[in-house]
Amino acid sequence: MSTYAKKKGFGATIWDYLTTVDHKKIAILYLIAGGLFFILGGIEAMLIRIQLMEPNSDFLSAGLYNEILTMHGTTMIFLAAMPLLFAFMNAVVPLQIGARDVAFPFVNALGFWMFFFGGVFLNLSWFLGGAPDAGWTSYASLSLASPTHGIDFYTLGLQISGFGTLMGGINFLVTIINMRAPGMTFMRMPLFTWTTFVASTLILFAFPPLTVGIFFLMFDRLFGANFFDVTMGGNTIIWEHLFWIFGHPEVYILVLPAFGIFSEIFAVFSRKRLFGYSSMVFATVLIGFLGFMVWAHHMFTTGMGPVANAIFAVATMAIAVPTGIKIFNWLFTMWGGSIKVTTPMLWAIAFIPSFVMGGVTGVMQAAAPLDYQLHDSYFIVAHFHYVIVGGVVFALFAGAHYYWPKMFGTMLNETLGKITFVLFFIGFHLTFFIQHFLGLLGMPRRVFTYLPNQGWDTQNFISSIGAFLMAAGVIILLINVIITSVKNEKVGNDPWGDGRTLEWSIPSPPPFYNFKQTPLVRGLDPYWIEKMEGKKEMTPAEPLGDIHMPNPSILPFIISMGLFIAAFGAMYNPLNQIGDAKPWAVPVLIIGLAITFGAMLVRSLKDDHGFHIHKEDLIDDENKGVKA
Amino acid sequence: MHAEEKFTPQTWPESPEKATLEGKNKFLGFWLFLGGETALFASLFATYLALKNKVPATGDHALSTEIFSIPLAFVATMLLLTSSLTSVYAMYHMKNYSFQKMQAWLLVTVLLGLAFLILEIYEFYHYVHEFGHTFTSSAFGSAFYTLVGTHGAHVAFGLCWITALMIRNAKRGLNLYNAPKFYVASLYWHFIDVVWVFIFTVVYLMGMVG
Amino acid sequence: MKKWRLLSLFTLLTLFLTGCGEPYLSTLNPAGEVAQSQYDLMVLSTAIMVLVIAVVVIIYAIVLLRFRRKKDEENKIPKQVEGSHKLEIIWTTIPIILLLILAVPTVIDTFRLADVEAMEKKDKDGNREALVVNVRANLYWWEFEYPDLKITTAQDLVVPTDEKVFFNLKASDVKHSFWIPAVGGKMDTNTDNENKFYLVFDSKKAKEANNLFYGKCAELCGPSHALMDFKVRAIPREEFDQWVVAMQNAEDRTPQNDLAAKGEQVFTEKGCIGCHAVSPAQSGGVGPNLSDFGDRSRVAGILEHNEENLRAWLENPEEIKPGNKMTNTYDPLTSDELDAIIEYLMGLKVQQ
Repeated sequence: MSTYAKKKGFGATIWDYLTTVDHKKIAILYLIAGGLFFILGGIEAMLIRIQLMEPNSDFLSAGLYNEILTMHGTTMIFLAAMPLLFAFMNAVVPLQIGARDVAFPFVNALGFWMFFFGGVFLNLSWFLGGAPDAGWTSYASLSLASPTHGIDFYTLGLQISGFGTLMGGINFLVTIINMRAPGMTFMRMPLFTWTTFVASTLILFAFPPLTVGIFFLMFDRLFGANFFDVTMGGNTIIWEHLFWIFGHPEVYILVLPAFGIFSEIFAVFSRKRLFGYSSMVFATVLIGFLGFMVWAHHMFTTGMGPVANAIFAVATMAIAVPTGIKIFNWLFTMWGGSIKVTTPMLWAIAFIPSFVMGGVTGVMQAAAPLDYQLHDSYFIVAHFHYVIVGGVVFALFAGAHYYWPKMFGTMLNETLGKITFVLFFIGFHLTFFIQHFLGLLGMPRRVFTYLPNQGWDTQNFISSIGAFLMAAGVIILLINVIITSVKNEKVGNDPWGDGRTLEWSIPSPPPFYNFKQTPLVRGLDPYWIEKMEGKKEMTPAEPLGDIHMPNPSILPFIISMGLFIAAFGAMYNPLNQIGDAKPWAVPVLIIGLAITFGAMLVRSLKDDHGFHIHKEDLIDDENKGVKA
Repeated sequence: MHAEEKFTPQTWPESPEKATLEGKNKFLGFWLFLGGETALFASLFATYLALKNKVPATGDHALSTEIFSIPLAFVATMLLLTSSLTSVYAMYHMKNYSFQKMQAWLLVTVLLGLAFLILEIYEFYHYVHEFGHTFTSSAFGSAFYTLVGTHGAHVAFGLCWITALMIRNAKRGLNLYNAPKFYVASLYWHFIDVVWVFIFTVVYLMGMVG
Repeated sequence: MKKWRLLSLFTLLTLFLTGCGEPYLSTLNPAGEVAQSQYDLMVLSTAIMVLVIAVVVIIYAIVLLRFRRKKDEENKIPKQVEGSHKLEIIWTTIPIILLLILAVPTVIDTFRLADVEAMEKKDKDGNREALVVNVRANLYWWEFEYPDLKITTAQDLVVPTDEKVFFNLKASDVKHSFWIPAVGGKMDTNTDNENKFYLVFDSKKAKEANNLFYGKCAELCGPSHALMDFKVRAIPREEFDQWVVAMQNAEDRTPQNDLAAKGEQVFTEKGCIGCHAVSPAQSGGVGPNLSDFGDRSRVAGILEHNEENLRAWLENPEEIKPGNKMTNTYDPLTSDELDAIIEYLMGLKVQQ
């Protein structure tokens, strides 16, 4: 089945994307879905800040506020930040290592559709009785007591989404280990690939404990189990441990790829190789490893005792060391370089002070007795927004600008990009800097309102103004995307001019098979090496030959949809504790699971060998200029 | 090597499961997946240890010293361990390009696994009816049935998987496309056998001590 | 460059606006040795972190000022530097040393603040020497039982200043967290187990705070989590002892006038007594113990303590604290019944 004869047409394009197993198209799917959820999470944030603009506000009711704050956190972390990072990992990593796709293209698509259906299922809660309202951390005693199905949407939705993420993690691990181009040793991989590798390892080991914890909550609420029911011998602290054994590595899953994006940007826009490459690799691995050793610093006030608290305090402080190593290496990448302040570089430059501020408040929180004051106050809210927004979201904006040409063949407008930056940057600091003080002044978090005259009124007002500025910045970015797409001005393979890594050696966007011939990698920053020798292209590592590509398939969509259907059956089953059993529930559960396992069986029974592009067609392309 | 090439026992590669890129990817990918499964079962074991014998303060609730039967668990263990051995024989024959012998030993593996499952279902039935020890009767019950039941579900899935492979490839015979599939399924089978050894130790043996 | 001016403006502005916060509520105004040691850790950690930030900012500023691409250097390719072993060692070891400086007091304080051994110490008569309060957190109120003194109150915790007060902390329904920011860090109240810690209430700081510290629930527990405030009356030991005696004697008091007597009757007939004890000797009720309600600083923990607010609370508790457990547990009260109950409740005092 040749994809050369392309039918243009809306229906054909939709079918193309529903069945694609091409990592580049899957990247675009993640970008769009993640982007939409980011906007949803942003609206939820605006509502929160409007409600908190003044004391005793009745803009939102207490219960609705708790739903909005829960969905804001859950959406931003699971449905926006992670998928957007997956978008860039999918778009870039195979190109950076000289591969034609990921190791398991079918599973890649499956991972996307799982995430998508999980996210949709979670958000259907708004229309079906109420969203979850126990915080994104959903602590067991409160979440067991929650009177609507909101928490069930949370458990079932995140479970489905989580399977998708786990698949993505395994996929990238195998791709990076097995499919690097000749000459690309591990120590010649770009930093974004390294950080993807470590983050994927974290995903592999951190998601199973979350899976288990969520199953326990689901079993308790939907099937009468007693994991967290104290009267039946259960223990709510087990949830806290399982959640944070996942939850702490999760934040490194978010921030390490962000670090990777910045490593690429600092080098390219300083026209200088990354300073201390091996230290950067070592620091990345160390952060990943230590990330599993510190989870109970989220539980200092739970009552684990001084021995546990002391151990986790010291272990948490240790993570500051490799993180600091990275900051200094980025600074010295710029030192002695030729810095060009493009929009991606602007975000990278702003990331350094912003993330460092978030990092140092993290060290403060690591001091357990101090954390007894700071925990569950606005100080914590300030800290994690500084590291997640100042680290991850800045990287997403930077990556969007930096990789836009490679993904779409066009360039986002620089002026609009800089306006977005200024609005968002100012708004961000305005909102969150002052929240450190609110926490120190005694304001707890997750409060739908606050009484007047406690010394909190003005600060909350200022904090809310910042939210409007951030919203304005995002709107400008959306306008930028629309204008760029309409103008559709195509650019070449290396539009930023100083690309150092393999993805910049092929057209923007690349042909669907990525590399006509797998390139030969002669060192770190392989494209830069060729450029310094006056070459325009990479030296090929193989003769021109037939290229083997995977077939598209609708099965990933169907498998995911089956779980989506089954989730409804599980939610309304006769044993569910809300007590609104529906007669169709068990049949729907069975049918949904049958669709999923049936589709998996269909996949296994066929022989799917993909298809071949013949080398004659490739040579023709050279003259005709074919796109994906 | 081309996935649909025809072979003889002499030309058949040493490690057929890793002779193609796809095979190498499946091999590595599945080992990694088993790493994740290890983290999953570790969480289930940790929870079980925390909730072992945690029952409501009132009412009649059997504890581990009263309900677990070592002889039964021992027979189950022998069945599963033997099935692991027979799957090794199957892989041996796969490496030697003896398709029919591989299929035969896979069949024995499946039958032994099925016997294990039947025994386990009987065991659960016994606990429910003799002791009222159910999934919903206490935290101990929830933890026990989730840990052992998840393992049992993995066994059931594995049986379906191996059976599907046997049926699917009955007419095709061995080639470099389906060799990795058989190999990965046997890896899975070994994994759940190892998990069972831990269950036998932590749940049944330690359960005797209370 | 623009960024610097803006950022410093914010910093100054916010510092100006915040000051040190309210003496009854701010962690920056420590009112006892526990809050003080936590404050000291904050100062130490901030100082170390400011040092780190300063170094980063200096390098950062130099880099951005000196190494921007100049107009005539469009094609210049800078020297590609692999790295520097010396620098790597420097910026690895110095942070380790800085962290050790922070880690030592951290570990010491962690053990010191967890030391509740004194809770077990008994004198020669077998009586516990330390003052112990059993805190029970509920949706959305706090019970404070003094087991050795055989009295119980709710919402307003009364404690003596200048001595360690020990707490047994538990929750009856979902997880909450007990926090008096000015006096010390929080400890979660779990449904599974009892947590123990201590606080010290400094007398001088208590006076600055008008002897009333603000307490907060610090773990999301439901819609009215934000409204689960409690107060702490920190008074000198002699006054505390007087209060204890007054509470112990309150068992025998009678309503102060006819209206209050009628109120007592309504209180029983309408079933209020089923959840709310008015005797200070009873703990563990479904609703707060009201034995000293007339002396409390707030109605329902958040409203100013006057008849108007009490009326509003009794007429429509759901509007004031969404999700609270008193809603719809009694038939609507007539205006007369309300007058009587209010008179009765306001008269439940132990102080003049």
